[in-house]
Amino acid sequence: MKSSASRLSLWLLLTPFLLWIVLLVLLPHLQMVRVSFQVRESWDTIAWGVEQYQNFFTESYYWRTFLRTGVMSLFTTFLTLIIAFPIAWYIARLARGRSKSLLFMACLIPFWASELVRTYGWMILLRESGLFSSWLQALGWVDGPVEMLYNDVAVIIGLVYNGLLFMVVPLVTTLDGMDENLVEAGYDLGGGHGTVLREIVVPWAMPGIVSGCIVVFMLTLGSYLTPVLMGGKDSAWFTEQIFTQFITRFNWEQGAALGVLLLVLSSVIVWMGLKISGQSLRKVMG
Amino acid sequence: MIRSVPRSRLFDALYMVYLVAFFVYLALPLLVTAVFAFNDAPFPSLPWQGFTLDWYFADGSASADGSAGRTGLFHDDGLLAALWVSAKIAFWVTLVSVCLGCVNAVLFERLHFRGKEFLYLLMLLPLVIPGVILGVSILVFYSGMANDVSAAWGIELDLFRPGMTLVVMGQVTFIATLSTLVIAARLRKFDPQLEEAALNLGATPLVAWFTVTLPWLMPSIFGAAAMAFLMSFENFNTTVMLTGSDTPLTVALFNRLREGSTPVLNAVALLLMVGSALLAALVMGRSNK
Repeated sequence: MKSSASRLSLWLLLTPFLLWIVLLVLLPHLQMVRVSFQVRESWDTIAWGVEQYQNFFTESYYWRTFLRTGVMSLFTTFLTLIIAFPIAWYIARLARGRSKSLLFMACLIPFWASELVRTYGWMILLRESGLFSSWLQALGWVDGPVEMLYNDVAVIIGLVYNGLLFMVVPLVTTLDGMDENLVEAGYDLGGGHGTVLREIVVPWAMPGIVSGCIVVFMLTLGSYLTPVLMGGKDSAWFTEQIFTQFITRFNWEQGAALGVLLLVLSSVIVWMGLKISGQSLRKVMG
Repeated sequence: MIRSVPRSRLFDALYMVYLVAFFVYLALPLLVTAVFAFNDAPFPSLPWQGFTLDWYFADGSASADGSAGRTGLFHDDGLLAALWVSAKIAFWVTLVSVCLGCVNAVLFERLHFRGKEFLYLLMLLPLVIPGVILGVSILVFYSGMANDVSAAWGIELDLFRPGMTLVVMGQVTFIATLSTLVIAARLRKFDPQLEEAALNLGATPLVAWFTVTLPWLMPSIFGAAAMAFLMSFENFNTTVMLTGSDTPLTVALFNRLREGSTPVLNAVALLLMVGSALLAALVMGRSNK
Protein backbone atom coordinates (compact mmCIF):
# COMPACT_ATOMS: atom_id res chain seq x y z
CA MET A 1 0.00 0.00 0.00
CA LYS A 2 2.69 2.42 1.08
CA SER A 3 4.88 1.64 -1.89
CA SER A 4 2.05 1.92 -4.39
CA ALA A 5 1.08 5.32 -2.96
CA SER A 6 4.62 6.63 -3.21
CA ARG A 7 4.84 5.12 -6.68
CA LEU A 8 1.72 7.04 -7.68
CA SER A 9 3.06 10.32 -6.29
CA LEU A 10 6.35 9.76 -8.08
CA TRP A 11 4.55 9.34 -11.39
CA LEU A 12 2.29 12.30 -10.71
CA LEU A 13 5.33 14.50 -10.18
CA LEU A 14 7.37 12.94 -12.94
CA THR A 15 4.71 13.36 -15.64
CA PRO A 16 4.81 17.17 -15.99
CA PHE A 17 8.61 17.06 -15.94
CA LEU A 18 8.74 14.42 -18.66
CA LEU A 19 6.13 16.21 -20.77
CA TRP A 20 8.19 19.39 -20.60
CA ILE A 21 11.56 17.80 -21.34
CA VAL A 22 10.34 15.40 -24.01
CA LEU A 23 7.88 17.65 -25.85
CA LEU A 24 9.78 20.93 -25.63
CA VAL A 25 13.44 19.88 -25.57
CA LEU A 26 14.19 16.34 -26.73
CA LEU A 27 11.72 15.77 -29.58
CA PRO A 28 12.16 19.22 -31.19
CA HIS A 29 15.93 18.87 -31.15
CA LEU A 30 15.84 15.35 -32.58
CA GLN A 31 13.53 16.59 -35.30
CA MET A 32 15.89 19.47 -36.03
CA VAL A 33 18.75 16.98 -36.48
CA ARG A 34 16.52 14.83 -38.71
CA VAL A 35 15.48 17.75 -40.90
CA SER A 36 19.11 18.82 -41.28
CA PHE A 37 19.80 15.53 -43.08
CA GLN A 38 16.86 15.88 -45.47
CA VAL A 39 17.52 16.92 -49.03
CA ARG A 40 14.57 18.39 -50.86
CA GLU A 41 14.51 17.00 -54.38
CA SER A 42 11.27 18.52 -55.53
CA TRP A 43 8.37 20.15 -53.74
CA ASP A 44 7.01 16.87 -52.33
CA THR A 45 9.87 14.37 -52.41
CA ILE A 46 12.78 14.31 -50.02
CA ALA A 47 15.86 12.13 -49.79
CA TRP A 48 18.48 11.70 -47.09
CA GLY A 49 21.88 13.21 -47.45
CA VAL A 50 24.50 15.55 -46.09
CA GLU A 51 24.11 18.26 -48.72
CA GLN A 52 23.44 20.97 -46.16
CA TYR A 53 26.62 20.12 -44.28
CA GLN A 54 28.57 20.07 -47.51
CA ASN A 55 27.27 23.55 -48.27
CA PHE A 56 28.59 24.68 -44.93
CA PHE A 57 32.12 23.45 -45.62
CA THR A 58 32.29 24.46 -49.26
CA GLU A 59 30.89 27.97 -48.90
CA SER A 60 33.57 29.89 -47.09
CA TYR A 61 31.07 32.53 -45.95
CA TYR A 62 29.39 29.99 -43.67
CA TRP A 63 32.37 28.50 -41.94
CA ARG A 64 34.24 31.79 -41.71
CA THR A 65 31.31 33.35 -39.89
CA PHE A 66 31.11 30.21 -37.75
CA LEU A 67 34.78 30.47 -36.71
CA ARG A 68 34.54 34.22 -36.23
CA THR A 69 31.50 33.84 -33.98
CA GLY A 70 33.24 31.15 -31.92
CA VAL A 71 36.50 33.05 -31.52
CA MET A 72 34.82 36.37 -30.75
CA SER A 73 32.56 34.69 -28.18
CA LEU A 74 35.55 33.16 -26.42
CA PHE A 75 37.35 36.49 -26.44
CA THR A 76 34.27 38.29 -25.11
CA THR A 77 33.90 35.72 -22.32
CA PHE A 78 37.55 36.12 -21.33
CA LEU A 79 37.29 39.92 -21.39
CA THR A 80 34.13 39.82 -19.29
CA LEU A 81 35.88 37.66 -16.70
CA ILE A 82 38.87 40.04 -16.51
CA ILE A 83 36.60 43.09 -16.16
CA ALA A 84 34.22 41.49 -13.67
CA PHE A 85 36.76 39.87 -11.34
CA PRO A 86 38.07 43.02 -9.59
CA ILE A 87 34.49 44.26 -9.18
CA ALA A 88 33.35 40.95 -7.71
CA TRP A 89 36.40 40.91 -5.45
CA TYR A 90 35.65 44.41 -4.18
CA ILE A 91 32.00 43.60 -3.52
CA ALA A 92 32.73 40.25 -1.86
CA ARG A 93 35.83 41.08 0.17
CA LEU A 94 36.52 44.80 0.52
CA ALA A 95 33.14 46.53 0.71
CA ARG A 96 31.24 46.32 3.98
CA GLY A 97 27.65 46.38 5.16
CA ARG A 98 25.43 48.82 3.34
CA SER A 99 27.84 49.77 0.58
CA LYS A 100 28.31 46.08 -0.17
CA SER A 101 24.64 45.41 -0.85
CA LEU A 102 24.28 48.75 -2.63
CA LEU A 103 27.13 48.00 -5.02
CA PHE A 104 25.74 44.54 -5.63
CA MET A 105 22.32 46.00 -6.43
CA ALA A 106 23.96 48.56 -8.75
CA CYS A 107 25.43 45.68 -10.73
CA LEU A 108 21.96 44.25 -11.24
CA ILE A 109 20.18 47.44 -12.29
CA PRO A 110 21.18 47.48 -15.97
CA PHE A 111 19.56 44.08 -16.35
CA TRP A 112 16.14 45.33 -15.56
CA ALA A 113 16.27 46.55 -19.14
CA SER A 114 16.13 44.09 -22.01
CA GLU A 115 18.98 43.38 -24.38
CA LEU A 116 17.24 45.48 -26.99
CA VAL A 117 17.11 48.53 -24.73
CA ARG A 118 20.74 48.11 -23.68
CA THR A 119 21.87 47.82 -27.30
CA TYR A 120 19.78 50.84 -28.21
CA GLY A 121 21.50 52.82 -25.45
CA TRP A 122 24.90 51.97 -26.89
CA MET A 123 23.72 52.97 -30.36
CA ILE A 124 22.72 56.40 -29.08
CA LEU A 125 26.16 56.78 -27.51
CA LEU A 126 28.37 55.46 -30.28
CA ARG A 127 26.82 56.42 -33.59
CA GLU A 128 27.93 59.24 -35.85
CA SER A 129 25.32 61.63 -34.49
CA GLY A 130 25.75 60.10 -31.05
CA LEU A 131 26.83 61.50 -27.72
CA PHE A 132 30.48 60.46 -27.76
CA SER A 133 30.89 61.98 -31.19
CA SER A 134 29.24 65.24 -30.04
CA TRP A 135 31.32 65.36 -26.88
CA LEU A 136 34.57 64.80 -28.74
CA GLN A 137 33.66 67.61 -31.14
CA ALA A 138 32.71 69.92 -28.29
CA LEU A 139 36.07 69.25 -26.67
CA GLY A 140 37.72 70.10 -29.96
CA TRP A 141 39.54 66.77 -30.19
CA VAL A 142 38.07 65.91 -33.57
CA ASP A 143 36.93 68.07 -36.45
CA GLY A 144 33.89 66.25 -37.79
CA PRO A 145 31.48 63.56 -36.59
CA VAL A 146 33.10 60.23 -35.75
CA GLU A 147 31.40 56.92 -36.44
CA MET A 148 32.11 54.53 -33.59
CA LEU A 149 29.27 52.13 -34.26
CA TYR A 150 29.19 49.32 -36.85
CA ASN A 151 32.54 47.71 -36.12
CA ASP A 152 33.84 44.78 -34.10
CA VAL A 153 34.96 46.87 -31.15
CA ALA A 154 31.42 48.22 -30.76
CA VAL A 155 30.02 44.67 -30.94
CA ILE A 156 32.40 43.49 -28.21
CA ILE A 157 31.59 46.50 -25.99
CA GLY A 158 27.91 45.61 -26.30
CA LEU A 159 28.43 41.88 -25.76
CA VAL A 160 30.60 42.38 -22.67
CA TYR A 161 27.96 44.74 -21.30
CA ASN A 162 25.27 42.10 -21.79
CA GLY A 163 27.31 39.41 -20.09
CA LEU A 164 28.63 41.27 -17.02
CA LEU A 165 25.80 40.48 -14.60
CA PHE A 166 26.03 36.77 -15.32
CA MET A 167 29.74 36.90 -14.50
CA VAL A 168 29.60 39.17 -11.44
CA VAL A 169 26.87 37.27 -9.57
CA PRO A 170 28.47 33.78 -9.51
CA LEU A 171 31.89 35.33 -8.77
CA VAL A 172 30.56 37.30 -5.81
CA THR A 173 28.76 34.21 -4.52
CA THR A 174 31.87 32.00 -4.53
CA LEU A 175 34.28 34.71 -3.35
CA ASP A 176 31.91 35.57 -0.51
CA GLY A 177 32.32 32.09 0.92
CA MET A 178 36.11 32.19 0.91
CA ASP A 179 37.99 32.01 4.20
CA GLU A 180 40.29 35.05 4.44
CA ASN A 181 42.67 33.07 6.63
CA LEU A 182 43.65 31.15 3.52
CA VAL A 183 44.71 34.38 1.82
CA GLU A 184 46.55 35.58 4.91
CA ALA A 185 48.31 32.25 5.21
CA GLY A 186 49.39 32.62 1.60
CA TYR A 187 50.96 36.01 2.32
CA ASP A 188 52.49 34.78 5.61
CA LEU A 189 54.19 31.96 3.77
CA GLY A 190 55.89 34.54 1.58
CA GLY A 191 53.63 34.57 -1.47
CA GLY A 192 53.29 37.76 -3.48
CA HIS A 193 50.02 39.12 -4.88
CA GLY A 194 50.43 37.05 -8.05
CA THR A 195 51.15 33.80 -6.23
CA VAL A 196 48.27 34.20 -3.80
CA LEU A 197 45.91 34.99 -6.66
CA ARG A 198 47.06 32.05 -8.72
CA GLU A 199 47.42 29.43 -5.98
CA ILE A 200 44.60 30.34 -3.59
CA VAL A 201 42.01 32.75 -4.92
CA VAL A 202 41.51 31.41 -8.44
CA PRO A 203 41.27 27.73 -7.41
CA TRP A 204 38.75 28.68 -4.75
CA ALA A 205 36.67 30.75 -7.15
CA MET A 206 36.83 28.13 -9.92
CA PRO A 207 33.18 26.97 -9.69
CA GLY A 208 32.04 30.59 -9.94
CA ILE A 209 34.45 31.35 -12.77
CA VAL A 210 33.34 28.32 -14.76
CA SER A 211 29.65 28.92 -14.23
CA GLY A 212 29.98 32.60 -15.14
CA CYS A 213 32.03 31.76 -18.22
CA ILE A 214 29.58 29.12 -19.42
CA VAL A 215 26.58 31.43 -19.13
CA VAL A 216 28.36 34.41 -20.72
CA PHE A 217 29.70 32.24 -23.52
CA MET A 218 26.27 30.77 -24.26
CA LEU A 219 24.65 34.19 -24.23
CA THR A 220 27.29 35.67 -26.49
CA LEU A 221 27.34 32.81 -28.96
CA GLY A 222 23.55 32.83 -29.19
CA SER A 223 23.10 36.59 -29.23
CA TYR A 224 21.46 38.16 -32.23
CA LEU A 225 20.46 41.74 -31.44
CA THR A 226 23.84 43.12 -30.44
CA PRO A 227 25.87 41.88 -33.44
CA VAL A 228 23.07 42.71 -35.89
CA LEU A 229 22.41 46.23 -34.61
CA MET A 230 25.94 47.23 -33.64
CA GLY A 231 28.03 45.30 -36.14
CA GLY A 232 29.08 46.48 -39.57
CA LYS A 233 28.72 44.83 -42.97
CA ASP A 234 31.66 42.55 -42.33
CA SER A 235 30.77 41.50 -38.81
CA ALA A 236 28.19 38.83 -39.51
CA TRP A 237 27.16 36.59 -36.63
CA PHE A 238 26.25 32.93 -37.02
CA THR A 239 22.79 33.30 -35.51
CA GLU A 240 22.08 35.85 -38.22
CA GLN A 241 22.63 33.18 -40.87
CA ILE A 242 20.31 30.75 -39.12
CA PHE A 243 17.72 33.49 -38.96
CA THR A 244 18.16 34.30 -42.67
CA GLN A 245 17.69 30.66 -43.69
CA PHE A 246 14.52 30.28 -41.67
CA ILE A 247 12.78 33.60 -41.97
CA THR A 248 13.97 35.10 -45.26
CA ARG A 249 14.74 32.09 -47.44
CA PHE A 250 12.38 29.49 -45.95
CA ASN A 251 15.22 26.99 -46.33
CA TRP A 252 14.51 25.00 -43.19
CA GLU A 253 16.88 22.17 -44.07
CA GLN A 254 19.88 24.47 -44.36
CA GLY A 255 18.81 26.45 -41.31
CA ALA A 256 18.44 23.25 -39.27
CA ALA A 257 21.92 22.12 -40.32
CA LEU A 258 23.41 25.45 -39.26
CA GLY A 259 21.48 25.20 -35.99
CA VAL A 260 22.88 21.72 -35.31
CA LEU A 261 26.39 23.02 -36.01
CA LEU A 262 25.94 25.90 -33.57
CA LEU A 263 24.61 23.48 -30.95
CA VAL A 264 27.59 21.17 -31.47
CA LEU A 265 30.03 24.09 -31.19
CA SER A 266 28.51 25.33 -27.95
CA SER A 267 28.27 21.84 -26.43
CA VAL A 268 31.88 21.02 -27.30
CA ILE A 269 33.22 24.26 -25.87
CA VAL A 270 31.16 24.01 -22.68
CA TRP A 271 32.22 20.37 -22.26
CA MET A 272 35.88 21.26 -22.79
CA GLY A 273 35.62 24.12 -20.32
CA LEU A 274 34.21 21.73 -17.70
CA LYS A 275 36.90 19.10 -18.37
CA ILE A 276 39.82 21.54 -18.30
CA SER A 277 38.65 23.16 -15.06
CA GLY A 278 37.66 19.82 -13.50
CA GLN A 279 34.09 20.92 -12.76
CA SER A 280 30.77 19.23 -13.40
CA LEU A 281 27.66 20.78 -14.91
CA ARG A 282 25.65 19.92 -11.83
CA LYS A 283 28.10 21.69 -9.53
CA VAL A 284 28.40 24.90 -11.53
CA MET A 285 24.78 25.29 -12.69
CA GLY A 286 22.65 23.52 -10.09
CA MET B 1 44.30 42.47 -1.29
CA ILE B 2 42.06 41.66 1.63
CA ARG B 3 41.23 44.16 4.36
CA SER B 4 43.84 42.80 6.79
CA VAL B 5 46.66 43.00 4.25
CA PRO B 6 48.10 46.53 3.89
CA ARG B 7 47.68 48.08 0.45
CA SER B 8 49.52 51.01 -1.08
CA ARG B 9 47.72 54.31 -1.52
CA LEU B 10 48.29 54.27 -5.25
CA PHE B 11 46.72 50.80 -5.55
CA ASP B 12 43.67 51.94 -3.58
CA ALA B 13 43.29 55.04 -5.73
CA LEU B 14 43.55 53.07 -8.96
CA TYR B 15 41.06 50.53 -7.66
CA MET B 16 38.60 53.33 -6.88
CA VAL B 17 39.02 54.84 -10.35
CA TYR B 18 38.34 51.43 -11.85
CA LEU B 19 35.20 50.95 -9.75
CA VAL B 20 33.84 54.35 -10.72
CA ALA B 21 34.62 53.76 -14.40
CA PHE B 22 32.87 50.40 -14.22
CA PHE B 23 29.68 51.79 -12.79
CA VAL B 24 29.67 54.67 -15.26
CA TYR B 25 29.99 52.06 -18.02
CA LEU B 26 27.01 50.20 -16.54
CA ALA B 27 24.78 53.22 -16.12
CA LEU B 28 25.58 55.38 -19.14
CA PRO B 29 23.60 53.58 -21.90
CA LEU B 30 20.48 53.34 -19.77
CA LEU B 31 20.79 56.91 -18.55
CA VAL B 32 21.03 58.40 -22.03
CA THR B 33 18.17 56.23 -23.25
CA ALA B 34 16.00 57.53 -20.43
CA VAL B 35 17.02 61.17 -20.84
CA PHE B 36 16.32 61.31 -24.58
CA ALA B 37 12.76 60.14 -24.02
CA PHE B 38 12.13 63.76 -22.99
CA ASN B 39 14.15 65.66 -25.59
CA ASP B 40 12.05 67.99 -27.74
CA ALA B 41 13.66 66.89 -31.01
CA PRO B 42 12.60 64.35 -33.65
CA PHE B 43 15.81 62.33 -33.33
CA PRO B 44 17.43 61.06 -30.11
CA SER B 45 20.72 62.96 -30.23
CA LEU B 46 22.34 66.15 -29.01
CA PRO B 47 21.84 69.10 -28.85
CA TRP B 48 19.29 69.24 -26.08
CA GLN B 49 16.19 71.05 -27.36
CA GLY B 50 14.22 71.29 -24.18
CA PHE B 51 11.94 69.10 -22.12
CA THR B 52 8.78 67.58 -23.60
CA LEU B 53 6.28 64.83 -22.81
CA ASP B 54 5.30 64.56 -26.50
CA TRP B 55 6.92 61.17 -26.90
CA TYR B 56 4.42 59.82 -24.41
CA PHE B 57 1.29 61.89 -24.89
CA ALA B 58 1.27 63.56 -28.34
CA ASP B 59 -1.78 62.35 -30.28
CA GLY B 60 -0.45 62.70 -33.81
CA SER B 61 -2.30 65.94 -34.72
CA ALA B 62 -0.29 68.79 -36.19
CA SER B 63 0.93 71.18 -33.51
CA ALA B 64 0.19 74.92 -33.28
CA ASP B 65 3.36 76.08 -34.99
CA GLY B 66 2.57 73.90 -37.99
CA SER B 67 5.29 71.29 -37.48
CA ALA B 68 4.53 67.69 -38.39
CA GLY B 69 2.45 65.78 -35.85
CA ARG B 70 4.12 63.55 -33.34
CA THR B 71 2.59 60.32 -32.15
CA GLY B 72 3.44 59.55 -28.55
CA LEU B 73 3.63 56.08 -27.09
CA PHE B 74 0.17 56.20 -25.51
CA HIS B 75 -1.40 56.97 -28.90
CA ASP B 76 0.69 54.52 -30.88
CA ASP B 77 -1.68 51.62 -31.54
CA GLY B 78 1.03 49.35 -32.94
CA LEU B 79 3.22 49.58 -29.86
CA LEU B 80 0.29 49.37 -27.44
CA ALA B 81 -0.97 46.22 -29.16
CA ALA B 82 2.52 44.72 -29.00
CA LEU B 83 2.72 45.60 -25.30
CA TRP B 84 -0.54 43.74 -24.70
CA VAL B 85 0.65 40.69 -26.66
CA SER B 86 3.85 40.63 -24.58
CA ALA B 87 1.84 40.87 -21.36
CA LYS B 88 -0.38 37.95 -22.36
CA ILE B 89 2.61 35.81 -23.32
CA ALA B 90 4.44 36.70 -20.11
CA PHE B 91 1.36 35.80 -18.04
CA TRP B 92 1.10 32.29 -19.49
CA VAL B 93 4.84 31.71 -19.39
CA THR B 94 4.92 32.75 -15.73
CA LEU B 95 1.99 30.54 -14.79
CA VAL B 96 3.32 27.43 -16.53
CA SER B 97 6.94 27.94 -15.49
CA VAL B 98 6.15 28.48 -11.82
CA CYS B 99 3.84 25.43 -11.65
CA LEU B 100 6.46 23.30 -13.38
CA GLY B 101 9.10 24.77 -11.09
CA CYS B 102 7.17 23.73 -7.95
CA VAL B 103 6.56 20.20 -9.19
CA ASN B 104 10.16 19.77 -10.35
CA ALA B 105 11.54 21.14 -7.09
CA VAL B 106 9.60 18.55 -5.08
CA LEU B 107 10.59 15.85 -7.53
CA PHE B 108 14.30 16.55 -7.25
CA GLU B 109 14.57 17.62 -3.61
CA ARG B 110 12.20 15.17 -1.92
CA LEU B 111 11.92 11.99 -3.91
CA HIS B 112 14.53 9.34 -4.48
CA PHE B 113 14.35 7.24 -7.59
CA ARG B 114 16.60 5.59 -10.10
CA GLY B 115 18.01 7.80 -12.82
CA LYS B 116 17.50 11.01 -10.80
CA GLU B 117 20.99 12.32 -11.55
CA PHE B 118 20.44 11.83 -15.26
CA LEU B 119 17.05 13.54 -15.22
CA TYR B 120 18.55 16.45 -13.26
CA LEU B 121 21.12 16.94 -15.99
CA LEU B 122 18.31 16.84 -18.57
CA MET B 123 16.56 19.53 -16.53
CA LEU B 124 19.67 21.77 -16.76
CA LEU B 125 20.03 21.17 -20.50
CA PRO B 126 17.96 24.17 -21.71
CA LEU B 127 20.46 26.48 -19.98
CA VAL B 128 23.30 25.37 -22.22
CA ILE B 129 21.34 25.55 -25.48
CA PRO B 130 21.46 28.93 -27.25
CA GLY B 131 18.06 30.64 -27.27
CA VAL B 132 17.93 30.81 -31.05
CA ILE B 133 18.29 27.02 -31.25
CA LEU B 134 15.47 26.49 -28.74
CA GLY B 135 13.24 28.61 -30.96
CA VAL B 136 14.37 26.97 -34.20
CA SER B 137 13.88 23.42 -32.94
CA ILE B 138 10.38 24.12 -31.69
CA LEU B 139 9.53 25.84 -34.97
CA VAL B 140 10.82 22.91 -37.00
CA PHE B 141 9.02 20.31 -34.90
CA TYR B 142 5.61 21.87 -34.35
CA SER B 143 5.23 24.03 -37.42
CA GLY B 144 6.58 21.18 -39.54
CA MET B 145 4.07 18.86 -37.92
CA ALA B 146 1.26 21.30 -38.70
CA ASN B 147 2.42 21.40 -42.33
CA ASP B 148 2.58 17.60 -42.59
CA VAL B 149 -0.82 17.11 -40.98
CA SER B 150 -2.31 19.70 -43.29
CA ALA B 151 -0.76 18.03 -46.37
CA ALA B 152 -1.76 14.49 -45.34
CA TRP B 153 -5.26 14.93 -43.90
CA GLY B 154 -6.20 18.48 -44.67
CA ILE B 155 -6.58 19.30 -40.96
CA GLU B 156 -5.29 22.74 -40.00
CA LEU B 157 -3.45 22.76 -36.67
CA ASP B 158 -3.30 26.54 -36.41
CA LEU B 159 -2.24 26.20 -32.80
CA PHE B 160 1.18 25.02 -33.93
CA ARG B 161 1.72 27.66 -36.58
CA PRO B 162 4.03 30.50 -35.56
CA GLY B 163 2.12 32.59 -33.05
CA MET B 164 1.45 33.09 -29.39
CA THR B 165 1.21 29.40 -28.43
CA LEU B 166 4.58 28.58 -29.91
CA VAL B 167 6.17 31.64 -28.31
CA VAL B 168 4.86 30.57 -24.90
CA MET B 169 6.14 27.02 -25.46
CA GLY B 170 9.55 28.25 -26.57
CA GLN B 171 9.97 30.55 -23.60
CA VAL B 172 8.73 27.98 -21.07
CA THR B 173 11.48 25.62 -22.28
CA PHE B 174 14.24 27.53 -20.53
CA ILE B 175 12.35 29.71 -18.05
CA ALA B 176 10.98 26.56 -16.36
CA THR B 177 14.56 25.46 -15.63
CA LEU B 178 15.35 28.78 -13.99
CA SER B 179 12.22 28.80 -11.84
CA THR B 180 12.92 25.19 -10.83
CA LEU B 181 16.39 26.21 -9.64
CA VAL B 182 15.02 29.16 -7.65
CA ILE B 183 12.26 27.16 -5.93
CA ALA B 184 14.43 24.06 -5.35
CA ALA B 185 17.06 26.20 -3.61
CA ARG B 186 14.45 27.32 -1.07
CA LEU B 187 12.96 23.84 -0.63
CA ARG B 188 16.45 22.54 0.19
CA LYS B 189 16.50 24.79 3.27
CA PHE B 190 13.12 23.56 4.49
CA ASP B 191 13.10 21.45 7.66
CA PRO B 192 11.18 18.24 6.76
CA GLN B 193 10.36 17.79 10.46
CA LEU B 194 7.82 20.59 10.16
CA GLU B 195 5.94 18.60 7.57
CA GLU B 196 6.27 15.42 9.64
CA ALA B 197 4.82 17.26 12.60
CA ALA B 198 1.80 18.22 10.51
CA LEU B 199 1.40 14.61 9.40
CA ASN B 200 1.67 13.39 13.03
CA LEU B 201 -1.01 15.86 14.01
CA GLY B 202 -3.34 14.18 11.56
CA ALA B 203 -2.99 16.20 8.38
CA THR B 204 -3.12 14.35 5.09
CA PRO B 205 -0.03 14.79 2.90
CA LEU B 206 -1.97 17.16 0.64
CA VAL B 207 -3.11 19.33 3.57
CA ALA B 208 0.42 19.34 4.99
CA TRP B 209 1.74 20.48 1.64
CA PHE B 210 -0.70 23.37 1.35
CA THR B 211 -0.53 24.54 4.98
CA VAL B 212 3.15 24.00 5.81
CA THR B 213 5.41 23.55 2.81
CA LEU B 214 3.77 25.86 0.29
CA PRO B 215 3.75 28.91 2.63
CA TRP B 216 7.44 28.30 3.26
CA LEU B 217 8.08 28.29 -0.49
CA MET B 218 6.01 31.44 -1.12
CA PRO B 219 8.91 33.96 -1.25
CA SER B 220 10.75 31.85 -3.77
CA ILE B 221 7.56 31.39 -5.79
CA PHE B 222 7.09 35.17 -5.97
CA GLY B 223 10.75 35.57 -6.87
CA ALA B 224 10.51 32.93 -9.59
CA ALA B 225 7.31 34.48 -10.93
CA ALA B 226 8.82 37.96 -11.18
CA MET B 227 11.92 36.58 -12.84
CA ALA B 228 9.85 34.51 -15.28
CA PHE B 229 7.68 37.50 -16.16
CA LEU B 230 10.66 39.78 -16.82
CA MET B 231 12.60 37.17 -18.78
CA SER B 232 9.58 36.43 -20.93
CA PHE B 233 8.87 40.11 -21.52
CA GLU B 234 12.45 40.83 -22.51
CA ASN B 235 13.20 37.73 -24.51
CA PHE B 236 14.05 38.23 -28.14
CA ASN B 237 16.13 35.34 -29.47
CA THR B 238 13.64 32.54 -28.91
CA THR B 239 10.60 34.73 -29.52
CA VAL B 240 11.64 36.09 -32.89
CA MET B 241 11.77 32.59 -34.40
CA LEU B 242 8.28 31.66 -33.23
CA THR B 243 6.26 34.83 -33.51
CA GLY B 244 3.44 35.14 -36.00
CA SER B 245 1.44 38.16 -37.05
CA ASP B 246 0.78 39.30 -33.45
CA THR B 247 4.26 40.57 -32.65
CA PRO B 248 5.32 40.98 -29.03
CA LEU B 249 6.95 44.21 -27.88
CA THR B 250 10.65 43.33 -28.27
CA VAL B 251 10.10 42.17 -31.85
CA ALA B 252 7.98 45.23 -32.67
CA LEU B 253 10.66 47.51 -31.20
CA PHE B 254 13.35 45.74 -33.19
CA ASN B 255 11.40 46.27 -36.42
CA ARG B 256 10.91 49.95 -35.57
CA LEU B 257 14.58 50.33 -34.75
CA ARG B 258 15.57 48.97 -38.16
CA GLU B 259 13.45 51.68 -39.79
CA GLY B 260 15.26 54.34 -37.79
CA SER B 261 15.24 55.52 -34.22
CA THR B 262 12.78 58.02 -32.81
CA PRO B 263 12.37 59.22 -29.24
CA VAL B 264 9.22 57.06 -29.00
CA LEU B 265 11.57 54.09 -28.73
CA ASN B 266 13.28 55.82 -25.82
CA ALA B 267 9.90 56.38 -24.23
CA VAL B 268 9.06 52.66 -24.48
CA ALA B 269 12.51 51.73 -23.17
CA LEU B 270 12.12 53.99 -20.14
CA LEU B 271 8.65 52.61 -19.46
CA LEU B 272 10.04 49.07 -19.55
CA MET B 273 12.88 49.98 -17.20
CA VAL B 274 10.53 51.60 -14.71
CA GLY B 275 8.17 48.62 -14.92
CA SER B 276 10.96 46.12 -14.29
CA ALA B 277 12.34 48.19 -11.42
CA LEU B 278 8.91 48.39 -9.77
CA LEU B 279 8.38 44.65 -10.13
CA ALA B 280 11.84 43.90 -8.71
CA ALA B 281 11.30 46.33 -5.82
CA LEU B 282 7.91 44.77 -5.08
CA VAL B 283 9.35 41.26 -4.88
CA MET B 284 12.31 42.38 -2.76
CA GLY B 285 9.99 44.25 -0.44
CA ARG B 286 7.89 41.13 0.01
CA SER B 287 10.80 38.80 0.63
CA ASN B 288 12.31 41.14 3.23
CA LYS B 289 9.18 41.03 5.33
